[in-house]
Amino acid sequence: MNTHGQTALTFSPRRVSAMMLRYWYLLRSSWPRLLDLVYWPTVQMVTWGFLQYYIATNAGFFARAGGTFIGAVLLWDILFRGQLGFSISFLEEMWSRNIGNLMMSPLRPLEFIMALMVMSVVRLSIGAVPVTFLAIAFFGFNLYGLGLALVAFFCNLMLTSWAIGIFVSGLILRNGMGAENFAWSIMFVFMPLTCVYYPVTTLPVWLQPVAWMLPPTYVFEGMRALLIHKVFRPDLMVDALALNALFLAFGVLAFLKLLQSARRHGTLMQTGE
Amino acid sequence: MPASAPIAIERVVKIYKTIPAVDGISFTLAPGSITGLLGGNGAGKTTTIAMIMGLTTPTSGRVTVLGAEMPRQRYRVLHRMNFESPYVEVPMRLTVRQNLTVFGKLYGVEDLRGRIAQLGEQLDLTELLDRPTGRLSAGQKTRVSLAKSLINSPDVLLLDEPTASLDPDTADWVRAHLERYCRDRHSTVLLASHNMTEVERLCDRVIIMKRGHIEDDDTPAKLLARYGRRTLEEVFLDVARGSGELREAAQ
Repeated sequence: MNTHGQTALTFSPRRVSAMMLRYWYLLRSSWPRLLDLVYWPTVQMVTWGFLQYYIATNAGFFARAGGTFIGAVLLWDILFRGQLGFSISFLEEMWSRNIGNLMMSPLRPLEFIMALMVMSVVRLSIGAVPVTFLAIAFFGFNLYGLGLALVAFFCNLMLTSWAIGIFVSGLILRNGMGAENFAWSIMFVFMPLTCVYYPVTTLPVWLQPVAWMLPPTYVFEGMRALLIHKVFRPDLMVDALALNALFLAFGVLAFLKLLQSARRHGTLMQTGE
Repeated sequence: MPASAPIAIERVVKIYKTIPAVDGISFTLAPGSITGLLGGNGAGKTTTIAMIMGLTTPTSGRVTVLGAEMPRQRYRVLHRMNFESPYVEVPMRLTVRQNLTVFGKLYGVEDLRGRIAQLGEQLDLTELLDRPTGRLSAGQKTRVSLAKSLINSPDVLLLDEPTASLDPDTADWVRAHLERYCRDRHSTVLLASHNMTEVERLCDRVIIMKRGHIEDDDTPAKLLARYGRRTLEEVFLDVARGSGELREAAQ
């Protein structure tokens, strides 16, 4: 019955797909979970869309910068929902007290992370794709009109969301459910610093270097350059990609270190507060 | 220490902050044996099992399972082990079949459908396979957890209170199944339990822990003889209350 001769370095797509299957079964079994994926992105998009509509009819600059707010909202949602999609799939294991079963199974940490990454894309797609169509229907804003730039924006935002999701999961593994709140709130620290709705130059001069240390800042600046000045800035995307590589490496290393620490402190079987 | 011991614990210490949960224990389990791990709350049973599973790193000492040092070499052997514990549950929203499918794939079980059908039959779960696990009774859930722990036909099986929350008839039936499984597969079982009847019936060896130490370690018959008691429960109480030493001294 067993597959023998496996080592710590083995990476098994079969185990990754087993975990994806587990999350798919879960999503399929629960309509509130599915509804929740679409609910907030829709509310956000509609609120900001109407605000943009109001400003555009009253201010010349914003009239020229059509779609900046809705674009920012949709891209912010990719970042936020990407991290949340990762973290919620992870939290499902904590809530169901299944993490001990997984940690005791042959599932490797990197396979677990990979499954969570894929599921964050699946969850995001279920939630965000319908909302992008609503943005077209309500406000005439076509996110897909960004073309290949959207692919660059999406990849960079997803990489950041995974890096943060991985780090937060490590924190929860190490510290138990007392650290759950990080999963819901950590991304909001990035909101003012990554300049989602305004240019980096709006920040105080001393804070601007901090903003440029965060990959999403490059994406939101790139989006404004595209929507306002009709210029795609590949340099910004390359910089974001380089920073994301660092973020992701830090996230994975932190996760492995925190997992090691959880083993030392015996918190893997005590997943309560 | 025999090289072929499925589980070998050598002078293992586990200290949480400054509190020793396990304090220098050593034992080895023979292949195909069923060993009971007894002890009151805080005796160190769960920490010992967690170290054997590789979920907790010993502060010092060495834990080896099927020749692999835990937790460093755990991936060499995790597919040959499994466990059941009240500290963990299988996901409640998934059906029994979905849960067994996910775990079967994680453990690399071949002919998974056949194995699930077989376990369904053996553990009387066939009718329940397509029901959400969360809607089952406590006893049925325990059987599902047991099915999960047997999905990969493990060579080493760790059980923590496997029959807690089962009615006496079902508990007896589960014990019979475990006995049969171990005899047929020649699997090694370490069983932590507070149910002394269960330990007496299943185990060919009993290790009694107290405050992180091994207080006694022998066959049930020899323990009964040594303490001059009729049941393991009386032996357990003697050890828990420290009257065992007094009795030995008196004898």
